[in-house]
Amino acid sequence: MSKLLEVNNLSTSFFTKFGEVKAVNNISFDLEPGQVLAIVGESGSGKSVTSMSVMRLVAKGGKIVNGSIMFDGKDLAKLSEKEMSKIRGKEISMIFQDPMTCLNPVFTIGNQMEESLKLHFKGMTASERHTKMLDMMEKVGLSNPEERLKQYPHELSGGMRQRIMIAMSLLCGPKLLIADEPTTALDVTIQAQIMDLMRDLSEELNTAIILITHDLGVVASIADRVNVMYCGEIVESAPVKDLYYKPLHPYTWGLLKALPRLDMKENELQPIPGSTPDLLLEQKGCPFFDRCDHAMECCRDGKPPIYEVEKGHFAKCWRYHPEFKEEQ
Amino acid sequence: MFKYILKRLAMGVVVVFVIATITFWLSRALPGGPFDRDKPLNPIIIENLNKKYNLDRPVAEQYIDYMVDVAQFDFGPSYFYENETVNDYIDRCFPVSLVLGIGAMIVAILLGIPAGVISALKQNGWQDNIIKILTTVLVSLPNFVIASALMYFIGYKLRLLPVALWGTPQQAIMPTLALAAYPLSYITKMMKSSMLEVMNSDYIRTAKAKGASNFLIVYKHALKNAVLPVITVVGPMFAGIITGSLVVEKLFAIPGLGEQFTKSIFNRDYPMIMGLTIFYSILLIAATLIVDVVYALVDPRIKLGKESKE
Ligand SMILES: Nc1ncnc2c1ncn2[C@@H]1O[C@H](COP(=O)(O)OP(=O)(O)O)[C@@H](O)[C@H]1O
Ligand SMILES: [Mg+2]
Repeated sequence: MSKLLEVNNLSTSFFTKFGEVKAVNNISFDLEPGQVLAIVGESGSGKSVTSMSVMRLVAKGGKIVNGSIMFDGKDLAKLSEKEMSKIRGKEISMIFQDPMTCLNPVFTIGNQMEESLKLHFKGMTASERHTKMLDMMEKVGLSNPEERLKQYPHELSGGMRQRIMIAMSLLCGPKLLIADEPTTALDVTIQAQIMDLMRDLSEELNTAIILITHDLGVVASIADRVNVMYCGEIVESAPVKDLYYKPLHPYTWGLLKALPRLDMKENELQPIPGSTPDLLLEQKGCPFFDRCDHAMECCRDGKPPIYEVEKGHFAKCWRYHPEFKEEQ
Repeated sequence: MFKYILKRLAMGVVVVFVIATITFWLSRALPGGPFDRDKPLNPIIIENLNKKYNLDRPVAEQYIDYMVDVAQFDFGPSYFYENETVNDYIDRCFPVSLVLGIGAMIVAILLGIPAGVISALKQNGWQDNIIKILTTVLVSLPNFVIASALMYFIGYKLRLLPVALWGTPQQAIMPTLALAAYPLSYITKMMKSSMLEVMNSDYIRTAKAKGASNFLIVYKHALKNAVLPVITVVGPMFAGIITGSLVVEKLFAIPGLGEQFTKSIFNRDYPMIMGLTIFYSILLIAATLIVDVVYALVDPRIKLGKESKE
């Protein structure tokens, strides 16, 4: 199948007064139409910067320094701001972590939803827009859509607001939806509802999704593929089943161990010890070296290349060097 | 909303009542009578004056009379100007101060909000730097210095505008600018920091992700939010300009209320002091009420008279 999105050797850096912060460091991944890709990693690993790079909305001081982002035959990294604004919200749309703060408090829901349609479908009449909004609100499971349109964000609950955000992001029929921690700020029960909703809509509308999360637990039910990020790099990439059953990278092992399980008491959770290294410092070896239980001599001195260990299952770790034999 | 406004008005009446009471008793408690002069007047004259103004009656009676009059917005006769009442004075001088104050406020808002927005959007650019320097200078100079500088350069050297007096629109320009300087700088600074904060907010990121143009982002999504904190200071600021305009009024020889206020203090013109104090407090109460109503109209999260949900 042809690819919807192909990110090649993307690097995004922030130029701060302390030096260059390599927030995203030479990553490549791709996505087919309708596919759901999860990007997982601890906070600070570069997930949001990756998504903002695709949207070309990297915060002030940040810049895409290398690589291409091929979307539908165009390189987003090279488009003008004007061309890009036609893609944002129409071809690629986005929802964010905190639905409490992501809607403008001083405009009604209807006003904000309608704006997307006005921006991207200039010829649409007011009544067509109205029908379309109601239709989409029904799809995301909002009751009394007529009434909701007249309400302000503060009059709705967090779950409802995230449904509004999803409805708004899907209004223009995007080919790709980027969801950056869409359920992190919500209650657990509502988290599951929102995830189910996204999966159903993705299937119904054939929208590809990049789901960003720090929680491997929410990925299983929805993703086709998972990229594990650490320190701005993709350290493991696999179909979702393989990642759970045959995780390859020691960092992924750590993430899986840190997941709560039903047969576990609360204090048994095992977070990965240590913390992420300072991105300002040039890494000579593997960025996970300091925290890795399985580190070897070579891990300190050289960055591991990415190995395709099994078909479609990649890991960036010296353990998968052909000459490596586990000393058991 | 309507009920809330009524409630606030009722509260305002209570506040004015308290202020009137305090000013009345304070004026009676001050040492020295209203007719004490450097060269003492003949006791008979003083006695006649006291009789004329009912000062010979028991204080409690005077108090009740005064409150009844105040309730009808009658602040009584002036002790200093024989043929004029305090009301005559307010009628004559307040419109001048009001025009001056409203003019200064309009200038401050119309220039301050765009200046703050530009400053925020071009942060650390040359526009921002110029605005920063100007506002810092204008905030630190007292308005009489600005007034004098304007009079000297524009009025005297360049002869572009009349140096003083009141009546023509040209005569209003310099005093208005002198009065606007401080609020203008203040609004600019406030608008800038508020705009910077708003531009960093999540809902602006949402708007960008929707493909909104820069214009739409700034003028629709950001401006209405950023202007909210500015609205809250406009009321007190306006009252401050009106009451604080006396130096500027004096410099330009403008017959406004501010000048009258200082004069009445030197003259021990008690009814005038009390009347103007009460009048100013009514003004302040009205200004804050108007601001609160405007704020509620702009910000849907504020429901007047109800506890906020969040
Ligand atoms: N505005 C910024 N200025 C400087 N550095 C930034 C900025 N935003 C992000 N970074 C850097 O990029 C790294 C990755 O951030 P981010 O992508 O937000 O992580 P996450 O995986 O939690 O979404 C952070 O650790 C930080 O060092
Ligand atoms: Mg993030």
